[in-house]
Amino acid sequence: MSLSSRHLIGLFGVPKDDIQNILDTAVTFREVLERPIKRVPTLQGKTIVNLFFESSTRTRISFELAQKRLSADVINFSASTSSTKKGETFKDTVRNIEAMKVDMIVVRHESSGVPQFLTRISKANIINAGDGRHEHPTQGLLDMFSIREKLGKLDGLKVCIIGDIAHSRVALSNIYGLKTMGAQVSLCGPPTMIPRGIEMLGVKIYHDINKAIAENDVLNILRIQLERDAGTTIPSLREYHNYFGVTSERLEKYNPNILILHPGPINRGVEISSEVADGPYQIILDQVTNGVAVRMAVLYLLGTMN
Amino acid sequence: MKTAFINTIILDPVSGIENKSSLLVENGVISKVGELTKDDLKDAKVYNLEGIYCVPGLMDMHVHLREPGREDEETIKTGCNSAAAGGFTSVLAMPDTKPIADNAEVLGFIRHKAQDHLVDVHLAGAVSFERKGTALAPLAELHEAGAVAFTDDEKAVKTASLLKNALEYAIMFDLPVIEHCEEESLGGGVANEGFLSTLLGLPPNPSVAEELIIVRDILISDYVGGKVHFSNISTKRAVEIIRSAKEKGSKITADTSPHYFSLTEEALKSYDTNLRVNPPLRSEEDLNAVIEGLRDGTIDCITSDHSPHAIEEKEMEFIYAPDGIVGLETELALTLTELVHKRKIPLSKIITLFAVNPRKILNLPVPQIKVGEKAELTLIDISQIWTVNIKDFKSKCKNSPFDKKLLTGKSVGVMNNSKLFYGGNYSGL
Repeated sequence: MSLSSRHLIGLFGVPKDDIQNILDTAVTFREVLERPIKRVPTLQGKTIVNLFFESSTRTRISFELAQKRLSADVINFSASTSSTKKGETFKDTVRNIEAMKVDMIVVRHESSGVPQFLTRISKANIINAGDGRHEHPTQGLLDMFSIREKLGKLDGLKVCIIGDIAHSRVALSNIYGLKTMGAQVSLCGPPTMIPRGIEMLGVKIYHDINKAIAENDVLNILRIQLERDAGTTIPSLREYHNYFGVTSERLEKYNPNILILHPGPINRGVEISSEVADGPYQIILDQVTNGVAVRMAVLYLLGTMN
Repeated sequence: MKTAFINTIILDPVSGIENKSSLLVENGVISKVGELTKDDLKDAKVYNLEGIYCVPGLMDMHVHLREPGREDEETIKTGCNSAAAGGFTSVLAMPDTKPIADNAEVLGFIRHKAQDHLVDVHLAGAVSFERKGTALAPLAELHEAGAVAFTDDEKAVKTASLLKNALEYAIMFDLPVIEHCEEESLGGGVANEGFLSTLLGLPPNPSVAEELIIVRDILISDYVGGKVHFSNISTKRAVEIIRSAKEKGSKITADTSPHYFSLTEEALKSYDTNLRVNPPLRSEEDLNAVIEGLRDGTIDCITSDHSPHAIEEKEMEFIYAPDGIVGLETELALTLTELVHKRKIPLSKIITLFAVNPRKILNLPVPQIKVGEKAELTLIDISQIWTVNIKDFKSKCKNSPFDKKLLTGKSVGVMNNSKLFYGGNYSGL
């Protein structure tokens, strides 16, 4: 069964069947990753460009590994080594890369809307690896995969996303995907981190972390941007940790059965305590492994469509 | 040289005339209004304007002509050609040129470049030196060099104290300060803050950033007694604040632009950078309030904020693209389509917004259609249905979100300074 779109721009409007298909396909690739020889010939002969206009280590490595496991030819392009620093426009950069006959483009950019713009100027399949504060669909998919792997289902679960929702690209993808799969989604953070109007997506808002812990099955903890947030959206990292940090005391007191996710990289002692980060509630490193499998599934399903 | 416009509908809001008539222009001056005799028509170039309105020449008091500095984007000549094609005989050029129009030399240069054109180019000088918001620009020198307003447009006057000084100083010339309404510490975002900016993940620009400058300026204007004109009004609350301040006698005026009454933030779903304007496109509720503000006189005029941008600058990632659209050639047509045809605002009201109010705000004479007056006229076909094609623009730039849009009504010609622009060509009179 193939997907209903030849691009993955976001999880907004992606039908349940497509998400189900990606998650089920990822189960197969997850098994491949446990084999001694982790490489399959599925995308042999396909050329994929990782177009990263914003620095990223883990997402880029995860995509690159997924591509190599599928035997695709991989080119990495990052803005610091690119001609955009020399004044070339984004469009010219993409046209140049396109002229080299690539099949798929994985793009990350600090401006929302860039992946959508790419679909208009390129014939390749476009996969969004994070655009601005808009979407990061493969992160949403791997979070869902990890929750489903651990708890056996998504339908009916209560998932709370904690942190700087306003500047997050993970939050929207999680909200769209989880709601499509039948989960209830809520958000938790100080009002300065909750973007205006988001309750119109049908998500509950908490400002009390203890209540959020008590009333949910899963916590997805977002990273606090140390450089940006302290002193502006929050008074200090210390205050954030005291009022919104996830600690083992809180988990033990309010919900010892909760499952903890974090898209990484984690700030120990800020949004998550070291005890929790290393403790029994979390599946943070499983998320990383699953990320490769989910990205393999997405690349495979899109790459074998045309 | 004689030019005769026969079978036209003369509409002059100042004298209250609206009737089917004919008009004779000799050497650039109106020599007869009414039925023309065979003698009148002898040796005259005759234009049969059946069903076409003949109105006082329209003015747009907010345009960016880019010269000096960015002649690749627009020159004074191409900007004036764009104005003529859009039905305007007069514009106010913003001072954000390179170098900035904060001294008499730059104004003199623009004035020199603009002479001999059909379109009159009026000049605005900067409020602050280099528009930096720290020291006052030489306002008396600018006034003497012909400035009819002061503005740091694209930014609001940076501080309350600078605004107070500028308004006090400008009292000597009875000239207004024109404000771009955006509080710097809150602004800078690219989409109206709300559900849509959240959904699209675009840095938000809250409506309160606009309203805060309006409130600040009203208070200072009331205190000092100077005149402030608010440009590009886009929010419901801004309209309400201006309405109530006017009722209390504040010396303020305001304009809005066609994109604020013909588009909403919903359009941003395409991430088309031609939709990046500042203030950003707002909600349906704001749009309706802006139209009501135009209808009841809270908003005094319509401007295009004509902002040509090179294609390579607009074909950028959304957050990097510059703000603004080329507006002169769609402005009147959008107004006729959205306000006259859809919202049933009378044409005479629209002509007041375009031809009368901007000139009153800037202390300029209002052209009248009567014998002995200079012939400064716009010819409008209010029912012509046409499709916008950016390739046909006289402007050097094509950054318009209205390409391929079907509109009803347009200017078919303008006359001013003994020149006629009609059917795409200029002719002397």
